[in-house]
Amino acid sequence: MKKLLGIFLFMLALYGLILLALDPDSWADNRRNLGQRIGLEGILCLGAGLLIIAGGVDLSIGSVVGLCACVFCKLVLNEEYPLPIPVAAVLVMMLGALVGFVNGFLVTYFRVQAFVVTLCGLFLYRGAARWVMDDEVPFIVTHVKPITDFCRGSVLEIPIYLWFLLILFALASVFLHLTVHGRYFYAIGSNERAAAYSGINTNFYKILAYVLCSMFASIYALMHVVHYNSVEPPKTGETLELYAIAGAVLGGCSLRGGEGSTLGILIGTAIMRLLPNLTNMWEIPSTLEPTVVGGALLLCVIFDEQMRRGVGWRALFFRYARSPRASG
Amino acid sequence: MPPLLTVTGVSKAFPGVQALAKVNLELAPGEILAVVGENGAGKSTLMKILAGVHQPDAGTIALDGRPVSIRGVKEAEHLGIVLIHQELNLAGHLDVAGNIYLGREPTWGGILGFIDRRRIHDDSARITRRLGLTTDTRALVRDLSIGQQQLVEIARALSLSSRVLILDEPTSSLTESETERLFAVLGELKDDGIGILYISHRLKEVEKIADRVVVLRDGRNAGELPRADICHQAIVNLMVGRELKQFFHRQRHEASSGEPGRATGQVDAPRVQVQGLRWSARQPGISFAIRAGEIVGMAGLMGSGRTELAETLFGVRRSIAGTIAIDGKPIRLGRPADAIRAGIFLIPEDRRIDGLILDDNVKHNISIAVLQDVSRFGFVHFRQEARLAQVMCDRFRVRTPGTTQIVGNLSGGNQQKVVLAKWLSRTPRLLILDEPTRGIDVGAKSEIYALMDELARQGAAVLMISSDLEEILGMSDRVLVMHQGAVAGELERAALSEEAIMHLATGGVRT
Repeated sequence: MKKLLGIFLFMLALYGLILLALDPDSWADNRRNLGQRIGLEGILCLGAGLLIIAGGVDLSIGSVVGLCACVFCKLVLNEEYPLPIPVAAVLVMMLGALVGFVNGFLVTYFRVQAFVVTLCGLFLYRGAARWVMDDEVPFIVTHVKPITDFCRGSVLEIPIYLWFLLILFALASVFLHLTVHGRYFYAIGSNERAAAYSGINTNFYKILAYVLCSMFASIYALMHVVHYNSVEPPKTGETLELYAIAGAVLGGCSLRGGEGSTLGILIGTAIMRLLPNLTNMWEIPSTLEPTVVGGALLLCVIFDEQMRRGVGWRALFFRYARSPRASG
Repeated sequence: MPPLLTVTGVSKAFPGVQALAKVNLELAPGEILAVVGENGAGKSTLMKILAGVHQPDAGTIALDGRPVSIRGVKEAEHLGIVLIHQELNLAGHLDVAGNIYLGREPTWGGILGFIDRRRIHDDSARITRRLGLTTDTRALVRDLSIGQQQLVEIARALSLSSRVLILDEPTSSLTESETERLFAVLGELKDDGIGILYISHRLKEVEKIADRVVVLRDGRNAGELPRADICHQAIVNLMVGRELKQFFHRQRHEASSGEPGRATGQVDAPRVQVQGLRWSARQPGISFAIRAGEIVGMAGLMGSGRTELAETLFGVRRSIAGTIAIDGKPIRLGRPADAIRAGIFLIPEDRRIDGLILDDNVKHNISIAVLQDVSRFGFVHFRQEARLAQVMCDRFRVRTPGTTQIVGNLSGGNQQKVVLAKWLSRTPRLLILDEPTRGIDVGAKSEIYALMDELARQGAAVLMISSDLEEILGMSDRVLVMHQGAVAGELERAALSEEAIMHLATGGVRT
């Protein structure tokens, strides 16, 4: 909780700085814009976070987004049998689940490292996406226009996208923090062997984690199509996996597994969005934006590691500044 | 001649605990000084201070009568003080020689720093031969058995030409013959004038090799025994500060009723029937039976297949043939969940790796295997879970500030009790304990023995795997001895003796 408080204050501080830097007339616009972006990217961070807590990692998220977006367009725009949008959406989510299953199956039954499996997936699914659309940009605007108009709106001053994320967040929170299955995710992430020795079907739960992560990616893909009205097969979703993982890690998920919470992931996502927004306000060149994000992430992780060891900033500084051991 | 090492009035406090309070210690050259005490008595802290891992809050340390301050591990090694940790600190992907010389490889080529491979292999080979470690110095450490890895650690310390050698539970993973070899080596080092601080919970070993025993209790000196006075009971009395009677609870039981395990009256049908069980093609089928209320000891050397057998019974290891029946009902192999449902519980050999989630709290560790019992429709009932944890902690007398304490912060004995508590909220039909008392203090040991006895009297079949012959002799109603993946023999209570067990465990070859 203490840890969450830290990043929560950090988030508030960032938002405060943004408001300070901004003309009050544009506060509402900026808020809506931020809410939409957080609502979108939060989906990916939640998926990645669930998986990271269970001790896995998925580098293929971005490619899965690309693949799912392309397949969705293909299904809807198909000249012979165009599918209604809801049907196509369900099929795409099933595709996401299938991809996750394949990732998880390779990790558990073939015992290939998750990093390698999903790195291969990054290439595999991207290629598949480009092949499906033949690298052409599909004309999807007219089909999804009504949905886009609805989703760009707000209810109670909160953008629809953010509402959508909050629903997913609630579901994920209940799953992770209140159910037996969530507890097993933590157990497997912390110590897979001890989990197996406790009678937990570790393979099942690991595959489930990959399935959830990829399904969240497919849901994001649908939202992406709705929001941006465009899909570029070679580009859509590119590097999003890194933003998703970064958001989860910022939110307190440890890549060692077994650590993190849904609330943290939510805050982490928000920080990931607020940082570029702030650099924008401060007129730092947008070319430096990734550097700022990377630097902030690094600082947070270092801070977290020091806190974990119960050292803190002061000791950190003094240890390196005047360590008598430095001579040896 | 001044003593080699003098520790005077050393104190050390950690947040919330006074680990050491004015402890004194003297070590002469060529002396083997055993430092014993219950877990949490401060032995490890004292050793870590000597090895430069911790700095004392007060007190002095003198080497050859000259005060020294030891600010780091490198400095301690430079002074000739080397600590061999109980947990191995080896780089598994490097070879034996690479580990022995890790961090101080002889090099050639100046700043280019090419490793002088010939020299480290030659030097390492000389040391490992002396230790009786027969493996090639080019073998990767991760491919060695735990016992062999321990010898690599000791070889590393010897290569440092240390004057004070500190061994923290060095034999906890060694086989009998490796232990013998180690003692022989210690004898030689002693003749070379090296002082040895020897920490062990195995009092039998202490009796055997120590020249003097220093007992710590609650961070203070509790007493000291010269060579002539060293005996099991005297050490135990100093350690616990009271007379500890009936160490092996099974014996008392036996003495009162004559026949162990017969108190329950249900001795006829075997509770557990194992037939032709195999987990590897290079190993014959294993068959045995255990009756309800019986404690069967399983002895054997390291690598004889005892742990593999336990893992196969529990289903974490795949079997290739054979059947297991509980109360006549066959169970599906290869799935821990099925084994658990049938009432087979395993207390694994390495509690830190297989038994516990060290970063998590006591409550979650106790409930993880029986989460269904405290949940409804897949939702964890947090209050029931907390109550379960509290009840189990009370029942097993887990000494912890609360059930939200992180398990990794508890002492070894209390950690082991948490592992037991994790399973025993349910009633076992077959309880398998793999090295149940390794590395834990006598008080906790005694409690665990009492518990095994209680469970057996309630009708559980207990299979106790142990390398501690004292424990095997003290607790077992019957002993199965494993050798090279097979049951080499079975000994009834009347026929039990260390010699008989070792005879079978070593393949029955008389020398």
